[in-house]
Amino acid sequence: MSVNATPAGADVSADAEHGTGRHAAVPGQRARRRGKTPLSENRKAERRLGWLLCAPAALVMVLVTAYPIAYSVWLSLQRFDLRFPDEREFIGLENYVTVLTNDFWWTAFGVTMLITVVTVAVELVLGMGLALVMHRTLVGRGIVRTAALIPYGIVTVVAAFSWRYAWTPGTGYLANLFSDGAPLTERASSLAIIMLAEIWKTTPFMALLLMAGLALVPEDLLKAASTDGATAWQRFTKVVLPVMKPAILVALLFRTLDAFRVFDNIFVLTAGGNETSSVSMLAYNNLIRGLNLGIGSTMSVLIFLTVAIVAFVFVKLFGTAAPGSDDGERR
Amino acid sequence: MADIVLDKLSKRFPDGTTAVRDIDLEIADGEFVILVGPSGCGKSTTLNMIAGLEDISSGELRIDGQRVNDKAPRDRDIAMVFQSYALYPNMTVRENMAFPLRLAKMDKQTIDAKVEEAAKVLELTPLLDRKPANLSGGQRQRVAMGRAIVRQPKAFLMDEPLSNLDAKLRVQMRTVVSRLQKQLGTTTVYVTHDQTEAMTLGDRVVIMRGGAIQQVGPPQELYDHPRNLFVAGFIGSPSMNFLHAAVEDGKLRTALGDVPIGERIRRQLDAADAPRELILGVRPEHFEDAELVDDDTRRRGMEFTAPVDIVESMGSDKYVYFTIEGQRASAAELEELAADAGADFSGGGAGLVTRLSAESSVREGEGRRVWFNLEKIHLFDPTTGHNLTLHEGRSGGALAD
Amino acid sequence: MAVETTTRAKLRWGLLDVVVVVFALVPVLWIASLSFKTPATLTDGRFWPREWTLDNYRSIFATDQFVRALVNSIGIALIATGIAVVLGAMAAYAISRLDFPGKRVLVGVSLLIAMFPQVSLVSPLFEIERQLGLFDTWPGLILPYITFALPLAIYTLSAFFKQIPWDLEKAAKMDGATQAQAFRRVIAPLAAPGLFTTAILVFIFCWNDFLFAITLTSTERARTVPVALSFFTGESQFEDPTGAICAAAVVITIPIILFVLFFQRRIVSGLTSGAVKG
Ligand SMILES: Nc1ncnc2c1ncn2[C@@H]1O[C@H](COP(=O)(O)OP(=O)(O)OP(=O)(O)O)[C@@H](O)[C@H]1O
Ligand SMILES: [Mg+2]
Repeated sequence: MSVNATPAGADVSADAEHGTGRHAAVPGQRARRRGKTPLSENRKAERRLGWLLCAPAALVMVLVTAYPIAYSVWLSLQRFDLRFPDEREFIGLENYVTVLTNDFWWTAFGVTMLITVVTVAVELVLGMGLALVMHRTLVGRGIVRTAALIPYGIVTVVAAFSWRYAWTPGTGYLANLFSDGAPLTERASSLAIIMLAEIWKTTPFMALLLMAGLALVPEDLLKAASTDGATAWQRFTKVVLPVMKPAILVALLFRTLDAFRVFDNIFVLTAGGNETSSVSMLAYNNLIRGLNLGIGSTMSVLIFLTVAIVAFVFVKLFGTAAPGSDDGERR
Repeated sequence: MADIVLDKLSKRFPDGTTAVRDIDLEIADGEFVILVGPSGCGKSTTLNMIAGLEDISSGELRIDGQRVNDKAPRDRDIAMVFQSYALYPNMTVRENMAFPLRLAKMDKQTIDAKVEEAAKVLELTPLLDRKPANLSGGQRQRVAMGRAIVRQPKAFLMDEPLSNLDAKLRVQMRTVVSRLQKQLGTTTVYVTHDQTEAMTLGDRVVIMRGGAIQQVGPPQELYDHPRNLFVAGFIGSPSMNFLHAAVEDGKLRTALGDVPIGERIRRQLDAADAPRELILGVRPEHFEDAELVDDDTRRRGMEFTAPVDIVESMGSDKYVYFTIEGQRASAAELEELAADAGADFSGGGAGLVTRLSAESSVREGEGRRVWFNLEKIHLFDPTTGHNLTLHEGRSGGALAD
Repeated sequence: MAVETTTRAKLRWGLLDVVVVVFALVPVLWIASLSFKTPATLTDGRFWPREWTLDNYRSIFATDQFVRALVNSIGIALIATGIAVVLGAMAAYAISRLDFPGKRVLVGVSLLIAMFPQVSLVSPLFEIERQLGLFDTWPGLILPYITFALPLAIYTLSAFFKQIPWDLEKAAKMDGATQAQAFRRVIAPLAAPGLFTTAILVFIFCWNDFLFAITLTSTERARTVPVALSFFTGESQFEDPTGAICAAAVVITIPIILFVLFFQRRIVSGLTSGAVKG
C-alpha cells in the first residue's frame, strides 16, 4: 500500500517550495551564498588575464603622472612664490581661500564656463551633422572625410595665429567684414571669435568619434525601423542615437574636459586681454609667468575638481553606456 | 564521442539567482538528449555549464568519466551551435568553418578536405566564399552547424538552433539535424522551446522547470506517463484538459459527471493526508463523439453532454471546443504553464478541447454527447502536482488497481 | 543606412559635402595663402596673394632644423600612437569583457589623468626626466604622450568592444580559441573602426602637442615641429616670420592628411552584420 504515489527516484521534491516563490532557497544554500564561494579555475584565470591586460596601461599612466599630480596638490597647500623663495611654508587651504575670494578667478571661471557650454553644445550638433555627412556621403568619401578632419590636424597655435591675422584690421580678410574695425579689442566680439576658433578646430574631433559610433549602427535595425514606418527623424532618435550612446558619451566627455581647459586659442588671440582669460590662462600665468607656484597649483586643482564634477555627472547620466559598468548583457 | 554526466550540478549567479538546482543527468555515448522547459527555467545555463562558458557553482560535470569542472571550453572538445548563429562576420563561410581547425593547427590540406566534406553534407558548397551578411537565415544556420561538425568533437551542444527560422525552414532543418546526428552518432544535447522538436528529434527528453528536472524519458513515455501536472501540461499540443475534481463517496465529482475510481487510487486517497480536492487531466484525443463509439469501447469510458462552442476541421480529425460549467482547477504549476504558453490551462468555466473523428457530424451551437476514455485519464494532487494515477512509472487511468 | 542613389539624393549630399569642405578649408587656405605671400604683401588683408613666392618654403628648408624636427615629430607620433593603441586596446578589452576587481578604479584613474590640467604637470615632469636622463630624448616625449592619450584610447575602444556581440566570443572559445586568439582573430577585426578612429585621434594629439614638447626638449635631438615653429624668427631680426610659420604649418599638415586619408578608409559600418540574429 503506497501512500505516496510518486515513483521512486522522482525528482519533484522541490515542488512543495514553489508556493513561496520560484527561486526560494533553502536556508543552507543561502548561507553558502553569503559566504565567499571559492573562485573556480576559470574565474581566477579571467581575473589574472584582466589584470595582465590592464597592467601595462595602468603602469605607464601611474608612473608618469603620480608624482606630478601629487606634487601639484602638495604645492597647492604651500605659500610658494619663486620671487620670494624664503617665504615658502605650508599654509593648508589658505591658497584656496585666496583664489576663491578673488574676482579675477571668478571672471575667468565665468568666461571658461561660457566657452565650454557654448562650444560643446554647438560642436555636438555640428559634429553630429558632420558625422552624418562623412558617414553617408556618396561621392569622394575619403576626400570629404579627410578635408573635414584637417582643422583638427592643424597645430592649434598656428590655427589660432591665422585667425588672429584674419581678424586684425589691415592684415586680415575677415576684419574688413565689419565696419567698426578691431573686433579682437572688444570683449564680446573677442569671446565670439575665440569660440568660433574653438568650434572650427575641434568639431572634427567630435565628428570623428560620432562617425565611428555611426559605423556601429546595424543596417538591419534601420531597415526594420523604416519598414515599420518610422520617419528619418524617428529613425535617428529612436534607433541611431541609442546605439551611439557610448560613442556620444566619450565624445561629449572628452570634449568637455578639453573645452574647460581652453588655453591656446585665448593665448594667441587675445592673450587674456579684455577679461577674456580662462582659468587655464590664470593658472599658466601664475605657474609659468608669475612663478607663483602655490597659487597656480591651487588653480589647477580647482580646475581639476570642477572638471571631475562635470565628468561625474556625465557618467551618471549615461549610466550603463559608460565603460566598465556592467550592463547585465554579459551572457 | 563521449558520455556526459551531470552530478548534482547547480548554478547560482552572483546576484543570488539560482538558475539551476542540483541537476542529475546521465547522457550516454551517442545519445540525442532534448532539454525543454518554459522560458527562464535554466536550459541555456545548463548548456553553458556543460560547454564551460559558465562556471559551475556546485556539483560535478564528467565527460568520459573525467571531471571537467575547471577545464576551459577549448579543452573540453565540445562544439556548440548558438541560437544567434554567432558567425564571424569578417570571415567567409569557408573561413568560418575552417576556424576551429586552424586553431587546432591542422595542415591546410586536411582543413580544406574537411570543410569541403562538411559543406557537401550541409549543401553549402556553392556558398563557401560568401560572407555571412550575404546569406539567408537558413543558410547561416547551416554554416553555424557546419562549424560545429567539421571538428568531429566529442559532443554537440545546440541552444535553440532553429528558433530564428520560419516554420517551413524549421521543418527542413529539423530533418537535417536529425539525419546529421544519426550519421555522425555524436552525443548531442539540444535545447528547444518547440513541442515538435522535443517530441520528434531526441532519444530522450528532459523537462525542466525553475532550475530543476521534472522528468526524463523517451518522448512517448513523457506523453503517456507524465510524472506531474507540469509535465502533463507542458507536453502535448493542444494541451491536456485540466478540471477540478472533488472526492466524494469513493467517486470523483467533476464537471464531466461522477468519475468512478479504482481500488488502488481509492486506498491512496483514503490515507489520512490525502487531499479531498484533485485535478483531473484528460488529453484531447481521449474524447470521442459518443455516436461513433462501439459498445466494447463505451464500457471503458463514460459520457457527458455539453454545448459545442467551436468546431475546427483539420481534415484528418476535428478539434471541438466545448463550454463546461464548474469550478476552475487551480495549482501553481498550471499558472506557470499558462504564463509560459500564454494559454489558459484552467478548466471549468472555460473551454474543453477535444479531438474527435473526422466522421463526427458535430455542429457549432448544438449540445453534444461525448465519450471519454477512463483508462487514459490522470489525477493530480493540486498541492504537490504529483500524478496519483502513476504506478511504478506507468499510468493506469482512474480505474487502475 | 538605407542608401538612396537617386540623382536628387546625390545632389543633396554633394551640396552638403561642399558646405563641409568650405567650412573646414577656408581658414586652411588662408594659411596656405599667407605662406605664398611676399613679405611686402603679407599684410594687405586680401584672401589671395597678389604676388606668389616660394621664398617662405625655401627658408624653412634652408637649414636642417625644420627637417630634423619633422623627423622627430613623425617618429615620436608614430611610436606613441602605436603603443597607446595597443595598450589601450588591451585595457579596454579587459574592461569591457572581463570581470575582475579593480576595473572601475582603472576607469576612474584614467579619467582623472585626462582631467588634470597639464600646465601644472609639466614642471614636475621636467624634474623627473632630468633625473632619469629622459630629458630631451624621444622616450622622454613618447611616455607622456602615451600617458595622456591612453584615457581617450581606453574610453573610445571600450565603447567599441562593448558593441560586439558576446556570442561571437563564446563561439570562438567553443571553437578552441584562447582569449588572446579570440581577441586577435575575431574581436579586433570587428572593432577596426574604433581602433583606427583612436589611432587618428592619438596621432593628431601627439603631432600637435606644444606644451610637453617645449618643456621636455631643449635641442633638435627631440624637438618636434610645433616647437620648431616657435623658434622661427625670420632671417634677420627685423623680418616677420609669419610667412615662414605659415609655410611650415602647411608642410606639417601634409603628414596628417596622409595619415587620415590612409586610416579613415577602415572606418566603415556593417562590420558585424550577419554575425548574430535575434
Ligand atoms: N548572468 C545572470 N545573472 C543572473 N541571473 C541570470 C543570469 N543569466 C541568467 N539568469 C537567470 O537564470 C535563469 C535561467 O536562465 P536561462 O538563460 O538558463 O533560461 P532558459 O531556460 O535558457 O530560457 P529561454 O528559453 O528563455 O532561453 C533565469 O531566471 C535568468 O533570469
Ligand atoms: Mg536560453
